[in-house]
Amino acid sequence: MAERVAPVPAPVGKVRLGLTTRLRAVTLRSEPIRGYALLSPTLGLMILALALPIGLLITFSFWTQVYLDFDRSFTFGRYIKFFTNTEYSKFFESWYWISLALAIPLFVPAFPWKRRLGALLIVGYPAIAFYLIGLSVEKAIYPMLLWKSIKISGAVTLATVVLAYPMAYFIAFHVKKNKLIWLILITVPFWTSYLLRVFAWKIILGYNGVFNSGLMSLGLIEEPFMFLLYSQFAVVLTLAHAWAAFAILPIYVSLEKIDRSLLEAATDLGDGPVARFLRVTLPLSMPGVIAASLLVFIPTVGDYVTPNLVGGTTGIMIGNIIQSMFGKANNWPLGGASSVISMIAITALICAFLWLTKRMKRQIA
Amino acid sequence: MSERSIISISNVSKYFGPVRAVDGLSLEIQRGEFFSLLGPSGCGKTTLLRMLAGFEWPTKGEIFIDGQPMAAVPPHQRPVNMVFQNYAIFPHLNVRQNIAYGLRKAKLTQAETARKVNETLDMIKLSGYGLRAADELSGGERQRVALARALIKQPKVLLLDEPLGALDKKLREEMQLELRALQKTVGITFVFVTHDQEEALTMSDRVAVMSAGKVLQIDSPTQLYEAPVNQEVAGFIGNMNFFDGLVRAIKDGRATVDVGPLGEIHALVNGPHVSVGAAVTVAVRPEKITSFSAPPNTEANVVQGVLDKTAYFGDRSHLYIRIEGLEKPIAVVAHNVARELEGSGDLNRPVWLSWPAEAVVLLPSE
Amino acid sequence: MTAVATAERRFGGLGAATAGRRRVNGLVIYAISYLAFIYVPVMFLPLFSFNDSIYIAFPLKGFTFEWYHQMVNSRGLVQALQNSLKVAAIVSVLSTILGTLAAKAVTRYRMPGKAPAVGFILIPLVIPGIIVGIALLVIANVVGVPLSLYTIGIGHMLECTAFSMVVMISRLEGFDKNLEEASLDLGENAWSTFRRVTFPLAIPGLIASLLLTFTISFDEFILAFFLAGNEATLPIYIWSQLRFPTKLPSVLALGACILGVSFIVVTFAEWVRRRGVKGIQVKAVSEVPR
Repeated sequence: MAERVAPVPAPVGKVRLGLTTRLRAVTLRSEPIRGYALLSPTLGLMILALALPIGLLITFSFWTQVYLDFDRSFTFGRYIKFFTNTEYSKFFESWYWISLALAIPLFVPAFPWKRRLGALLIVGYPAIAFYLIGLSVEKAIYPMLLWKSIKISGAVTLATVVLAYPMAYFIAFHVKKNKLIWLILITVPFWTSYLLRVFAWKIILGYNGVFNSGLMSLGLIEEPFMFLLYSQFAVVLTLAHAWAAFAILPIYVSLEKIDRSLLEAATDLGDGPVARFLRVTLPLSMPGVIAASLLVFIPTVGDYVTPNLVGGTTGIMIGNIIQSMFGKANNWPLGGASSVISMIAITALICAFLWLTKRMKRQIA
Repeated sequence: MSERSIISISNVSKYFGPVRAVDGLSLEIQRGEFFSLLGPSGCGKTTLLRMLAGFEWPTKGEIFIDGQPMAAVPPHQRPVNMVFQNYAIFPHLNVRQNIAYGLRKAKLTQAETARKVNETLDMIKLSGYGLRAADELSGGERQRVALARALIKQPKVLLLDEPLGALDKKLREEMQLELRALQKTVGITFVFVTHDQEEALTMSDRVAVMSAGKVLQIDSPTQLYEAPVNQEVAGFIGNMNFFDGLVRAIKDGRATVDVGPLGEIHALVNGPHVSVGAAVTVAVRPEKITSFSAPPNTEANVVQGVLDKTAYFGDRSHLYIRIEGLEKPIAVVAHNVARELEGSGDLNRPVWLSWPAEAVVLLPSE
Repeated sequence: MTAVATAERRFGGLGAATAGRRRVNGLVIYAISYLAFIYVPVMFLPLFSFNDSIYIAFPLKGFTFEWYHQMVNSRGLVQALQNSLKVAAIVSVLSTILGTLAAKAVTRYRMPGKAPAVGFILIPLVIPGIIVGIALLVIANVVGVPLSLYTIGIGHMLECTAFSMVVMISRLEGFDKNLEEASLDLGENAWSTFRRVTFPLAIPGLIASLLLTFTISFDEFILAFFLAGNEATLPIYIWSQLRFPTKLPSVLALGACILGVSFIVVTFAEWVRRRGVKGIQVKAVSEVPR
């Protein structure tokens, strides 16, 4: 006869455990306790050496510099200063444009059914917004510099990623053996000092540099080109070179991860090489592209070395200003406020970028 | 807790957030038996096994192994060993090193260790493979190494988490027999997790059928197959025809059940749930039904229908007989005893089906 | 023959294959020019480090070891190099330990608040270094900690720990959690399981993490610039030299040396790796009785 499943009577009495045994049981059983025990040294370091200092930096930004000391009363003065330190005091005019530009996206959800128009707007509005922001901050020095840094870093990121993608694609899909050799070949130049890599471009682009002196000794030009060094172009070129490996590696990894049978499936379903690339390879490698973009964009926005070496006065970026506020200009609260504003701007931009790529992916799919 | 129990699971629950992987489950596993936990994926059988090994901890309830409470015993101090689903052979060690891995604590001399490893290698028929690297083994060999690595520890209980799932059909059938024989030789209690009912029936002394974190029935393979306690068990193990019916009369341990379109069906009374006027589910295994092309002369239950479709399996065919007023056709297994190249498969021809009262299981209606 | 072959190539079934090859060739050309773009600027460092002129311009003037001589005799440079090696060595070891522990927690345990905790640890990667540097400078100033190699080290720890955790997470996710459970099951406690299973299997990740964090710390300038006291690291020393044209050639010599050393290290690592792979294969073949 079937043994009907009745609850087996509990073992005689409740088992009594000693206190230490019970404590041990709790730690054994609790994965969070064991997990956080392992995480605690790292979290501790991050709290003490990152969260605390940044909190203090934010506090600083609400103070005022009085010669070598600080006035510790709370004020938004440094933030206002950041936006109002203008040549022609066009503060209100610029804010008018900024708020107008930021308000436009609010009206987008009014047309959710027009998907194609929607796609256009997704790309178009940020462009318009950026343009208007650009117009409005032109006269305010610090916002202008922040804006310029973002533009230059954006250009650097775009150039680096676009240049790196085919290279990563080549290694992932067309190098059969010796992939590692190629990867090493690409990374070795980046083992030299960053400063020297940047400096190498100064040697090349300088007035009496390699490029000009080479062309002159070949008799191709009479006078050295002036525009090469100390320009935004020089900054973009130098940074695109300096950060190349950081773009290639993540893109390579994401391409390498793609299951080759997916590509065969796409071909089998009638996609040509171009359609297959656009519909399968590119979307699947987007995580790598995003990682590469962030890895290049974030450090370059704050960079002050490259502009200093190859950018001259036209290449100055927000990093140089912040650095000088903590150096020669000696205005720490203003430097703090500039840091905080830059941080917020960069974070907002990254969020917008991630949101955009997500939306774009959905539009394609 | 009975004297013979090696494992006693008392009212154990395991919640993962809102999910109740194991839900107030109790069972006893006897010393030296081959015990299987059978159920569809996600029924909580692997979670239960991992709680026995100490990799998961019960949210509620208690587990005893050999009479000892396991509430505060970490995995490395439990008298159980496990064969993992993917075998978890250490890739950086060779076969011998894998097998000897757990012997370090035993403080044996090198010679003793070597002897034990050799014995175990012989037992699993892998002598000569000792120096192979882990990635040079086939699936079956990996499985043997995993088994040897656990058995050399001489555990009180060996836990096996779907160890045959990754093998191909033929090898799997071989290993089933071998595992069964091995268990009888070493005499260690095996707790075997599987979702393959055939595997569980072939190998086990007793099987616990699980669903949604609960045990539905614990029984010997024969009992499970011949006397399932409810529709879920009956449907999960083998195939079964179900009909809804009402008990009309009971006489001399025999019940007469009214199953609308089939008329009156005779069955044996198999529990207190069978009483006059009670709604029951009539269950009949397809292989217990005989089909005729003319009305049979028999005392047994007979119904008439037409052949709806057939499926050919070589040694047997499955016939599906449509009955007027019945939603699903009745499945019947016909053994292809005679060599018959054509005919008999004409669809829509009339068919008479017959089965004895002993073949019917009456289940509580759901 | 050629005409036939061309015709066949043009019209025959080989069309697709040839088109494919042509596309690959385009990519190969691109890859080579890209390598040139990466290498050429860097190669000017060794080239001009042997040029017998204080001006870095064509045409080359002649061969000299003068700049190397100057470099070796520079007390500041040797000191800076030592400082950088010291900081990078300590930072790489400590950050790899922290990163490994964190990665182990992240990959092996279910716990609430895991995602925010990981995000928090990764913050140094999404904030520009200049802001981290300034924040640390501010707190050192307020608390009254003198700037030194230690403050630089702490700054580097932030970035390196985040990188190490990323590397180690991908390595630990790369092998089966069951292997560690199997070890526990076979009677080894948490520590000996780490020693006998996790550690040997994580070695490639550990090496990658050590190399990466060492390089990052060794080459880091932006944080070090704010956090350096009197003792300079190598990048800071280089920065101070870039302003003086007379010092430039010996800086080039230094760059050439760094490039040479890293090339040797990478080649050596690759050689060891290949030999290791071959060695294991040979051993396996020769030792296994068939």
